[in-house]
Amino acid sequence: MDIVGVLADAMRTAVGPIAAAYAIAGIGLNLQFGYTGLLNFGHVAFMLVGAYGTAITVDDGGPLWLGILVGMGAAILLGLLFGLPTLRLRADYLAIVTIAAAEVLRIVVRGGGESSFTHGVFGIQRFANSFFDANPIPGGDYGIGRLSFTQRGLWVLAVGWSVVALTAVLVALIARSPWGRILRAIREDEDAARSLGKNTFVVKLQSLVVGGAIASLAGTLLAIDRQDVRPDTYLPIVTFAIYTMVILGGPATRLGPILGAIVYWFILQFTDSFLREAIDAGWIPTSIISADDIAPVRFALVGLGLMLLMIFRPQGMFGRREEVLIDGR
Amino acid sequence: MGAELPTREPARTVTTIPPVPGVAKSDPILTVSSLHRRFGGLVAVDVEHLEVERNRITALIGPNGAGKTTLFNLLTGFDHPDRGEWRFDGRSLHRMPAYAVARTGLVRTFQLTKALARMTVLDNMMLAASGQRGERLRNSLFANVWRAQERVLRSRAVDLLERFGLAQMRDDYAGTLSGGQRKLLEIARALMAEPRMLLLDEPTAGVNPALVQSILQHVKSLRDEGMTILFVEHDMDVVMGISDWVVCMTEGWIIAEGVPASIVANEAVIDAYLGARRAEGTR
Ligand SMILES: Nc1ncnc2c1ncn2[C@@H]1O[C@H](COP(=O)(O)OP(=O)(O)OP(=O)(O)O)[C@@H](O)[C@H]1O
Ligand SMILES: [Mg+2]
Repeated sequence: MDIVGVLADAMRTAVGPIAAAYAIAGIGLNLQFGYTGLLNFGHVAFMLVGAYGTAITVDDGGPLWLGILVGMGAAILLGLLFGLPTLRLRADYLAIVTIAAAEVLRIVVRGGGESSFTHGVFGIQRFANSFFDANPIPGGDYGIGRLSFTQRGLWVLAVGWSVVALTAVLVALIARSPWGRILRAIREDEDAARSLGKNTFVVKLQSLVVGGAIASLAGTLLAIDRQDVRPDTYLPIVTFAIYTMVILGGPATRLGPILGAIVYWFILQFTDSFLREAIDAGWIPTSIISADDIAPVRFALVGLGLMLLMIFRPQGMFGRREEVLIDGR
Repeated sequence: MGAELPTREPARTVTTIPPVPGVAKSDPILTVSSLHRRFGGLVAVDVEHLEVERNRITALIGPNGAGKTTLFNLLTGFDHPDRGEWRFDGRSLHRMPAYAVARTGLVRTFQLTKALARMTVLDNMMLAASGQRGERLRNSLFANVWRAQERVLRSRAVDLLERFGLAQMRDDYAGTLSGGQRKLLEIARALMAEPRMLLLDEPTAGVNPALVQSILQHVKSLRDEGMTILFVEHDMDVVMGISDWVVCMTEGWIIAEGVPASIVANEAVIDAYLGARRAEGTR
C-alpha cells in the first residue's frame, strides 16, 4: 500500500482545476440557495451555457475573452428564463422548472448532428489554445514531492483559484450589504419581507441571475481545462454534487462552498485511490469489491460521510450551530 | 413618524358619527367599497362600504372565520379580491403588489407572527427601513454608498427596540424570542418602515397580561403621535380599553360599527359574537 501516493493523489484532485470549477459553481449556488433559499435544481445548465458559450464563440472564430462574456451573457438570459415565470409563484415551481429545463437544454444541445453549431454528442474541442499560449509559467514540473503539477496544470490552477477568490469576495461583499439582508429575509419568510416594502421578486431574480453568471465561469473553466465540451458532462448529478459541497461546507457561509468542494474531491479521490491500492494489495478480496465497483462505492462513502455530517454537524463545516437549532416558528 | 397633529380628544369627535355600518367619517384615511372575496363557495369578505378615520384606533372584531384576516390580506395586496375598490389616503391600491402597498405607508403585521428567525433582532429591524441605498444590487458592493445610512438606521432601530423593551436582545436571533416578544418585535419592525397606518392582526394573541398592557400602551402612544391603527382583537376588555371606534364583522359582512359603548349594546353584535362568547362563559 502506497499511502503517500494515495494522499498525494487525493490532494492533487482536491486542489485541482475540477475542484476549483466546482467551488466557483458552489459560490454561485450558495448565493441562490444558501443566502436566498432558492431551490435551483438546474445549476448545471448555467455551467453548460458558460462552457458552450465559450467553445462556440471561439469555434466560430471569436476571441476567448469574448467567448467567456458570451457564456456569461447566456447564463444571465437563462437565469431570467428560469426566474421570470416562476419566482412569483410558490417556491417549488422554480425547483420543478429548473430541473426539467436543465435536462431539456442538455438534450437539445446533444440532439444536433455533427454539423450543428453545438456538434451534438461530439462536442467541441481545442478552442482554448490562446489560453494556454498565454501561459507565463516556464516549462517543467512544480510541486513538493509526489504532489506535483505540470506547467500547463499550474496555469489552469492559478487562473481557476483566482476566479474562486474573486467570486467569493464578490459574493461576501454583496451578501453583507442591505441587499444581502433582503436575501436572508426572503429565505426566512418572504411574506414578511414583502409586508415591509421589499420587492422580493426582483431581488430573487437578481440572486438567481448573479449566481448563474458565476456558475457560467465554472463551466468555462472546466471547458478550458479539458479543451473539450460535451453535452454529457452536464448531467443533473453535477447539480446535486454542488449541493452536497455547499451543504458540506455550510450554506450561507463565506468559505463553505470552497472548503466543501475541496473536501468533497479529496474524499472522492482518496477513497478511489485507497480502494484501488487495497484491492491490488489483496486486502480486499475482489469477490467483495472489484476494481469496477470502485466508482459507485466511493459515491456511497461520500453519501455516508454526508449523513454522518448531518447527524453530528448539521450546520456544515463552517455554519453556526445556533442557527440550525432555531426552529422557524 | 407621522405628521404633527393638533391634540384632540379623539373619543369626542367620533361620537358625533352615527353607529351605522358603512357610515362616512369626517377624515377617512382608508376607504373600502364593494370589496368581495370568495373561496370556492364561501364568501369570506363582502364589505359594502367601510371608512377608517385618520389618527384613531379602530378595532375590528368578529368571531373566528369572520373574514378579518382575509380583509387585511386584501387591503395589503397579499390576496386579491374578485371585485372591489379601496383607497388609502386618496390613492387606489387596487392591483398593487404587497410591497408597493407597504411603501405607500400602509403596513400590516400577521396573525401568526413572522419573525425572521435566523436573523438577529437588529437585522429584523434594519430590514424594515425604507429607501435604503444599499438595497440596490449595484450599490451593494460599495459600502461607502450605504455605510452612513446604515449607521443612522441602526440608531433608529435601537431607539425603537429600547421603546419596546427589546434592546438587550438586539444581537440575539429573532428565533430565540418568546411568542410575546416576537409580537413586540413585529410591531417595532413595522414601525421601522415608518407607516402612516398600521394594520395589526391580533397583536395581543398569546401574550401574557403584563406584555399586553405594554403593547396597548405602545398602540395608544402611536395614535397620540398621529398614527392610524386598525387592529383585530378578540378580547373585549382590550377593545373597550383602547379603541376609539369598533367595527364588527361576521361571515364577511360588516354588521355593526360604532363607538365601543354602542357596540356592546348592539343586538346584532351580541347575537353574532358576544352572545356566543357569553354562552361559553368566557365573559
Ligand atoms: N386561502 C383560503 N382558502 C380557502 N378558504 C379560506 C382561505 N383563507 C381564508 N379562508 C376562509 O375564509 C374565512 C375567513 O377566514 P379569515 O382567516 O379571514 O377569518 P378571521 O376572521 O381572521 O378568523 P380568526 O379570528 O380565526 O383569525 C374562513 O372561513 C376561512 O376558512
Ligand atoms: Mg384571523
